[in-house]
Amino acid sequence: MHETSASHAAHQHTAPTSFIRKHVFSLDHKVIGKQYYGLALLAVFIGMGLSWLMRLHLGWPAWPIPLLDKLSAVGAPSGVMTPEYYLSLMTMHGTIMVFFVLTNAPFAAFGNYFLPIQIGAEDMAFPRFNMMSFWTTFMAFLVMMAAFFVTDGPPISGWTAYAPLSAVGGDAGPGLKVGQTLWAISIAIFCIGSLLGALNFIATTLDLRTKGMSLARMPYCSWAWFVTSVIALLAFAVLLPACILLILDRTAGTSFFIPAGLVLSDKLQPHSGGSPLLWQHLFWFFGHPEVYIAILPSIGIVCHILPVFARKPLLGPRATVGCMIAIGFLSYMVWGHHMFVSGMNPFSATLFSVPTLFITVPATILTLLLLGSVYGAKMRFTSASLFCLGFISVFISGGISGFFLAQPSIDIYLHATYFVVAHFHFVMAVASLFGVFAGTYFWFPKMTGRMMNEALGKLHFWLTFIGVYAIFMPMHYLGLAGNVRRYSAFVDDYLIPLIPVHKFITIAALLTGAAQFIFLFNLIWSRFKGPIASENPWEATSLEWSTATPPPFDNFGGKHMVVYNGPNEYGVESRDGKDFIMQTSPEKAPAS
Amino acid sequence: MGKLFAVAVIVITLISVSFFVMHTWWMPVDISTTGPAIDHQLEETMTGSGLLFLAGQLVLGLFVWQASNKNPARKIKMFPGGASPLVAAAIILVGIEILTLTFVGTKAWGAVNLAPAAADSLHIDVQAEQFAFYFRYAGPDGQFGGLHPDKIDDGSGNYFGLDPANDVAARDDVVVGSLVIPVNRPILLSLHSKDVGHSFYVPELRIQQDFVPGIEIPVHFTATQTGKFEIVCTQLCGLGHYNMKAYLQVMSEPDYEQWLKSQEGQ
Amino acid sequence: MRMKFFAALGFTVAMGSALMVFATPPPAGSGSITGKVTYTGTPMKMKPIDMSKEPSCAKQHATPITTENVATGQGNTLEWVVVYISAGDEGTTTPSQGVRYDQKGCQYLPHVLTMLAGQQLQIYNDDQTSHNIHPLAKVNQEWNKSQPPGSPPIDTKWDKPEFIAVKCNIHPWMHGYFAVLKTSHVSVTGEDGTFDIKGLAPGKYTVTAWQEQYGTKTQDVTVGAGAATANFVFTATPY
Ligand code: HEM
Ligand SMILES: [Cu+2]
Ligand SMILES: [Cu+2]
Repeated sequence: MHETSASHAAHQHTAPTSFIRKHVFSLDHKVIGKQYYGLALLAVFIGMGLSWLMRLHLGWPAWPIPLLDKLSAVGAPSGVMTPEYYLSLMTMHGTIMVFFVLTNAPFAAFGNYFLPIQIGAEDMAFPRFNMMSFWTTFMAFLVMMAAFFVTDGPPISGWTAYAPLSAVGGDAGPGLKVGQTLWAISIAIFCIGSLLGALNFIATTLDLRTKGMSLARMPYCSWAWFVTSVIALLAFAVLLPACILLILDRTAGTSFFIPAGLVLSDKLQPHSGGSPLLWQHLFWFFGHPEVYIAILPSIGIVCHILPVFARKPLLGPRATVGCMIAIGFLSYMVWGHHMFVSGMNPFSATLFSVPTLFITVPATILTLLLLGSVYGAKMRFTSASLFCLGFISVFISGGISGFFLAQPSIDIYLHATYFVVAHFHFVMAVASLFGVFAGTYFWFPKMTGRMMNEALGKLHFWLTFIGVYAIFMPMHYLGLAGNVRRYSAFVDDYLIPLIPVHKFITIAALLTGAAQFIFLFNLIWSRFKGPIASENPWEATSLEWSTATPPPFDNFGGKHMVVYNGPNEYGVESRDGKDFIMQTSPEKAPAS
Repeated sequence: MGKLFAVAVIVITLISVSFFVMHTWWMPVDISTTGPAIDHQLEETMTGSGLLFLAGQLVLGLFVWQASNKNPARKIKMFPGGASPLVAAAIILVGIEILTLTFVGTKAWGAVNLAPAAADSLHIDVQAEQFAFYFRYAGPDGQFGGLHPDKIDDGSGNYFGLDPANDVAARDDVVVGSLVIPVNRPILLSLHSKDVGHSFYVPELRIQQDFVPGIEIPVHFTATQTGKFEIVCTQLCGLGHYNMKAYLQVMSEPDYEQWLKSQEGQ
Repeated sequence: MRMKFFAALGFTVAMGSALMVFATPPPAGSGSITGKVTYTGTPMKMKPIDMSKEPSCAKQHATPITTENVATGQGNTLEWVVVYISAGDEGTTTPSQGVRYDQKGCQYLPHVLTMLAGQQLQIYNDDQTSHNIHPLAKVNQEWNKSQPPGSPPIDTKWDKPEFIAVKCNIHPWMHGYFAVLKTSHVSVTGEDGTFDIKGLAPGKYTVTAWQEQYGTKTQDVTVGAGAATANFVFTATPY
């Protein structure tokens, strides 16, 4: 079975010639990886634009924002956004960022491009599925974008879409008619794409490893993608039916999430028997693993890249992989920590709190191992390695606040405040994006054949690193002062004194956002004008650096790669006088 | 570059920590009997994880500083002892921290959420709706009227859906838009929602509890100080979420009695 | 700068449209129907409204305003009853000038606003807080949108006749009505319960009185050259 499926894939594989088969409906995992990257890039700039608008409104609520009335005459008459439009932007920001950026960029984009190469395969196990995953995801994106343009406005119920707000339809207010339905449809489609992708990743990892590529010799990011795809398979398999039930509640008159006796728009709702908590359980059973889907690939990427620039092996490779697996496993036992004050049985709080706190053990180990890998290194400071170091810093910052939120007693006070916003932006959003930035600076040469500009890359790093602390660190203070999240304006007496902090955050967000255009410029400019990259510019060991730059259609030009070493052979003395040994080098690494 | 990174990390860390240490922005004064345990728990966690934060970032800065040494003769160094001591240290230290936090924290949580309300609690009924809270006192008969969602009518001020025509107990129920309570008396709230999910959050009371449509959720607390505080909604409930609030007025017992009399007259 | 400009513009438009409403010449005919709307029995109490959640509005009312669904006056009179010609009145054309509806001190002014189907309606927010205007139309198209302070008036109209309840969810006590009619021969009772429908040509009419809580009552009235009378009595219950 093993051999036949691999050779089967190989036989089918001849490079297409038409433009459409080559660049649009391509079966080539490298093209699909780039397509995912492009989609994530588009999405992240849209998401960032939305966060700018939100921040402007929070800092200066009465200011008309130029051109905003052109974008939505209803949402922002004369440029001042309505409360519901703020919530729409927030919902779209969160949804676009979590699904179309953080699931796509570190996992689907880089995973597609590099997983097969890193394990010495010619393509994914199911190239046709792979193409379908991307185009399904793309369709989900189009449906989500369509929600911007419906007359009743984009959805307003947040990326968590809590029922019954998300389920009862337009009677609950603007933004809950077609826009909310499109949201649910888009996410359902997205689930299908992700499930196909996850299956493909799992099959590829298990079946297509080349000779000598034992699981133990797999690079850490391949491990991360593998663990992530197992998590994704289970998580999206729950969200998909949940979304279908939500769509049924909205359109077919069922009552999965809607209890009896609700009065909205002065109308007694024709529903009975449903449970709002059911949605929360289903959503968070997906939602918590989802944040690990967002962060694990970036952890893997950092573990992969850091040793290259530290010129020494990653400390504790086995423990690292073990921690990833432990995190993946525990991520299914903790969903209730999002629901401490939700009204579920208060005894279950302890039940969910303990495994949550236990996740901090593997997370702490990972952090310590990364720190230990920096210790005594001969660091080469490049844009990629700076983002890896930045990752360690923001991962610590975001992880620490988890200690607070994991405790039900403290969560009573901090739940739904900006403390939470600070926490998840650090540990999920910023940390994961730092992994993506590191991966981009690192792999861009392999993907395009050209180097990125290092000076611009470092400028981008410094502005971003300082910027994210300026944006998100003060949100902890706001949370401690009790500043509730998802508010479109701060009218409560106790919140008014906090508005200057919001103004500061807005300014920081605008500047940090502007710095991302340096990255965009660098990306585009280097694609055409960057210096030509060699096969292995960073002196790295893994298989993607043993093939041409950029790799040929079948990845290795017909060669069957044989692997002799793990990916961790840095800081050694090789026979040819280098300080690293390629995974494909028959030279036996000295036992360390 | 490495030295710059080290300095940046350390400066950012110290600035961040200083605001926590100086309590520039902090929780408001606590006014409930269960609050001190929560505050204590939070402060313990703040100290413990604050030290971890400091240590983590400073060590990162230090290591990066050392790693930037460009001396070509320098050899890389492995972490002394390898991974195992780090793994063991993490398991033991974090493990102890977790167990302590859970053990102590469960008490604080239990006082709010597991302990039953005192038998002599003053019972107040709370209805949340888009986008306001309404509070109901039983009135002179000490009985709450039944709730009939089909009778809800904002235009006539029947926010709860009472049926005074057929339900005598409902006739004297007092319905108001702020929560007025006597100080030092156990209060028992029954939370229910007319439409979507909401939440009851009073930072000063260290109480936050969601309203879940379809079920009634009890919340109990005792306020220890008089004054006027804000009750705000923390569960996204629609366009007016940001302005869904009410005032909590904690009064001395005589003031409260007098207030209640004046309301019952209406 | 821009705010001021809009404020000035709003004011001018408001004054202009107010003047135009008053300046409308009465339609042909010099007959009229006058009368009084009263109740028997014990009506629901007018309950004081607790606006404490919106201090900027609460402080505009020295004494709390009350619910207006059953607004009574001295001598068992009923306020806010819409009395209009429901049959016999042909050929009303929609006036070009609009009507104005205000949100002020977290209250709808007026509580009941009459207009013709197709007539322009302008909704103003005069408060320092956002309102959402949510007309619970059943025959017409229902809508719901916010109007932040300082934003331009919402310009709209209703195509079909209907009594439409209007509410603000941010301030749930704000509850009023749009009475969208086919006729401009309409009068809304004041606190004294009286109404006066002017400008009627002689003939036979059906007159309907609509009260938001009690529904409608109709009478046939014959109008000559002068004033005809029609009184309406609703039966009130305390709950
Ligand atoms: C330019 C940097 C960013 C800024 C300034 C920013 C700002 C914000 C703000 C102001 C909110 C709303 C908070 C509230 O009202 O409760 C928010 C919510 C959110 N953001 Fe970001 N954000 C940024 C980047 C990201 C990224 C990269 C992600 C990727 C995961 C992300 C994910 C989210 C999520 C999931 C929410 C929650 C939405 C919800 O409440 O439903 N953000 N962000
Ligand atoms: Cu609410
Ligand atoms: Cu209002």
